[in-house]
Amino acid sequence: MKYALIPLLPLIAFMINILFGRRYIKDKAHWVSVPAVIGSFILAVSAFMDVKAGNVINIDIYNWIASGSFKVAIGFLIDPLTAVMLIVVTSISSLIFIYSIGYMHGDGGYYRFYAYLSLFVFSMLILVMANNFLLLYFGWEAVGLCSYFLIGFWFHKKSAADAGKKAFIVNRFGDFGFGLGVILIFLTFGSLEYTHVFGHASVIAGKTINFFGYDVGTITLICLLLFCGAVGKSAQLPLHVWLPDAMEGPTPVSALIHAATMVTAGVFMVARCNPLFDLSPVAMNTVAVVGGVTAIFAATIALVQNDIKRVIAYSTISQLGYMFLALGVGAYSAGIFHLYTHAYFKALLFLASGSVIHALHHAGHHDEQNMQKMGGLKKHMPTTYIVFILATLSITGIPLFSGFFSKDEILYRAFLGGGLGKFLWFLAALAALMTAFYSWRLIYLTFHGKFRGSDEHEHHIHESPKVITIPLWLLAFGAVFAGYVGIPPIFYEHGDRIGEFLAPVLGHPLGHGTHAEEIFVIAVSILVALAGWFIAYTMYLKKTELPQKLEARFQPLHKLLFNKYYIDELYSKTLVQPMLRASDKIFLGFFDGRIIEGVVNGVPSFIASFSRGLRRIQTGVFSSYALVMAIGALCIIAAMVFWK
Amino acid sequence: MVPLSWYIMLSAVVFSIGVLGFLMRRNLIMVFLSIELMLNSINISLAAFSHYLQSITGQIMVFLVITVAAAEAAIGLAILMAFYKNNPTIKADEINLLKG
Amino acid sequence: MTLPQLFFAYFAVSITGLSLLVVTRKNPVHGVLWMLVLFVHIAMLYLFLNAEFLAAIQIIIYAGAILVLFLFVVMLLNLRVEETERRFQWSWPVGLVAAGGYAVSLIFILVKITVFPQPGHYTIEKMQTEGNLMIIGKVLYTKYLLPFEITSLILLVAIIGAVVLTKKKQE
Repeated sequence: MKYALIPLLPLIAFMINILFGRRYIKDKAHWVSVPAVIGSFILAVSAFMDVKAGNVINIDIYNWIASGSFKVAIGFLIDPLTAVMLIVVTSISSLIFIYSIGYMHGDGGYYRFYAYLSLFVFSMLILVMANNFLLLYFGWEAVGLCSYFLIGFWFHKKSAADAGKKAFIVNRFGDFGFGLGVILIFLTFGSLEYTHVFGHASVIAGKTINFFGYDVGTITLICLLLFCGAVGKSAQLPLHVWLPDAMEGPTPVSALIHAATMVTAGVFMVARCNPLFDLSPVAMNTVAVVGGVTAIFAATIALVQNDIKRVIAYSTISQLGYMFLALGVGAYSAGIFHLYTHAYFKALLFLASGSVIHALHHAGHHDEQNMQKMGGLKKHMPTTYIVFILATLSITGIPLFSGFFSKDEILYRAFLGGGLGKFLWFLAALAALMTAFYSWRLIYLTFHGKFRGSDEHEHHIHESPKVITIPLWLLAFGAVFAGYVGIPPIFYEHGDRIGEFLAPVLGHPLGHGTHAEEIFVIAVSILVALAGWFIAYTMYLKKTELPQKLEARFQPLHKLLFNKYYIDELYSKTLVQPMLRASDKIFLGFFDGRIIEGVVNGVPSFIASFSRGLRRIQTGVFSSYALVMAIGALCIIAAMVFWK
Repeated sequence: MVPLSWYIMLSAVVFSIGVLGFLMRRNLIMVFLSIELMLNSINISLAAFSHYLQSITGQIMVFLVITVAAAEAAIGLAILMAFYKNNPTIKADEINLLKG
Repeated sequence: MTLPQLFFAYFAVSITGLSLLVVTRKNPVHGVLWMLVLFVHIAMLYLFLNAEFLAAIQIIIYAGAILVLFLFVVMLLNLRVEETERRFQWSWPVGLVAAGGYAVSLIFILVKITVFPQPGHYTIEKMQTEGNLMIIGKVLYTKYLLPFEITSLILLVAIIGAVVLTKKKQE
């Protein structure tokens, strides 16, 4: 029962806030939600301890659907994988909930914000704790819904409302595949329970299914369909377009949903289904290639963006690509390890940038997210600056910071993965170089140099309040030290504790390289991190005229990157606009105009004319009603008496 | 001995007169009075059944009907008063508030 | 005709006539007063049916309480003007036909009833030896306790309802 409380507490907080928030709770909403999510965190820690002691909890709490052979329960599976996710989700949620007290202070929808955020935490916990695919799907859709609510939190701003819609619709593409995958799993295995499905996976290994005239391996098809969902939710190519726009939401939302937890649901799901993916080399290679290509693709875009949150958003896409790359080469625990470290340093990056935005906003700066209008904030916001540096050191993979351990593990595993693996390793290493560059570029543009806004604004910039900086420090602690649960064995023999912990679920990655190979990979990743740092240092601190020159020199390339490879425009031209035009002609013009409106208007007008006549007998005089009633009763009595 | 059917016929006739009053009268007080008349006609038949079937239940029923009639009269007349405060009329065919 | 039948004939004729008087009087006060006479007759009919308790409460509750309430309302509303206007609705012939139809159908139904249940054990002798009030009391507080309590609830609702409805609104 203790385990059921983990998702239930945020749900209760959501209920209270959404029902009573508007009238009674208002700006005290955090008194409801923060204790609830901290309670979840404490329970999650205790669940983690139980799992660490060797228990795997698999309980059905409630029989949800029972229809013939189709049985679905609301049940929880807490194994090492879920335990890690629980810790990540609840710890980061707690910190972000506290942070939001300061960040969202004074917002009109304060209670609504906490209500949705609590609902999100509930959904996410259901997603990671589910013990069957349908409950997973429920959590999957519910986090998407919350994401929609929260991206469009400031719905009076058109761009925010549009971004919410975009996120929802793009996710629909992926979720469609995911839903089909779940259905196919049921058709194939006759059950949706994880234990049953994974237990019988090897039985159907060789079977094929006829798919539009081609024979496709059933397992491959299932995995690819599931991966479809992951691509949508985790913003991989080609469905990545929603995530940068999702930055229209409040920054805590970006940190929690669009960096640390929801977008990693795809990674979690693929790792969860590893018994299926292991059986399909095609699906595995697809995952790896999509991950590797996304990693470098998003990194190139991040090089030239000016919006502070968008840079971090593209960085998130890129890091998610790393995780999929790890999953694709069979290093599931490396992927989850990176998910775990990434959650801390990326949430920290977002929250720190939120602190900057908050400060600029309160100083009256209008273009508060444009890095080109910042600069020199180091002396005004020392705390934010320091945690930013720590997070950047971590993400760029500087040794001894957490990002180094997890990223290095991924690169090493990719390097061992044969020819394709070597190619993907090359892409990933290149992406790491770019990561270092754009991360330091962000810092130099924001915190160094001179303030590029008006003096009056600069005068008003202050460090954020304690309620914001304390979560930052705690996250910074995580960003620096989270990686020490997974030290490569080459440095410390029993260092890879998280890998060992996850091994019962995710298995050990295949293949062992020599020490020389491992040291080579580590050396390369350190080298590229430092190289990226150096380039950024040169370009944005020493020779500040260089960026402009390069921009002028490689103008087509810069334009291509700056406009994100024109992918939004491409989708708009090829998908959205034809769809709109067709809808306008066919659906609006013909179906809606002729058929639906014909029926919709015809029926009421008939009813209206009929009832106009009928209304005459409704005089409203009660005695005439009484008369009619009496006559009616008399007719019944008379019929009973004289019928036979 | 008086046959049971005589009582029943008396009851039916009085009930019909009550219905007549209920349907004909304009004055709402008289309409209420007609309702009381109908209730009384039922009471007569209940008491008669009780007597002829040697069962006490009929009398209990009469007792309950009288109680409910008292409650009904009190509430009905209170509604009448409340209504009269707003529209100074108690003519049944002039009250058409039921018309939407 | 036997003596009881003659008695019944008197009551039947007078109750019918009084009922007609009640529903046709122009002045409501007259109607209520004729109703009083009618209730006394019905009470006597109850005595005739060995129901002394009913006769008593007929007089006490109906004549004593309910009719007085009616008279109060008639006086409170002070409907002098009403008396000069027509007393029946325009649709009164339809009502007359309907009421006639009721009388005919009900009599037809009731005449057709030929099967009666087994007589109970409350014979006239038992009633007379034990006393009508005693028997009603026993049955009411044992077998019919729940309906009895519900009735008291109805009365409570009526009390509260009447107070709420007639109370002046406090702004």
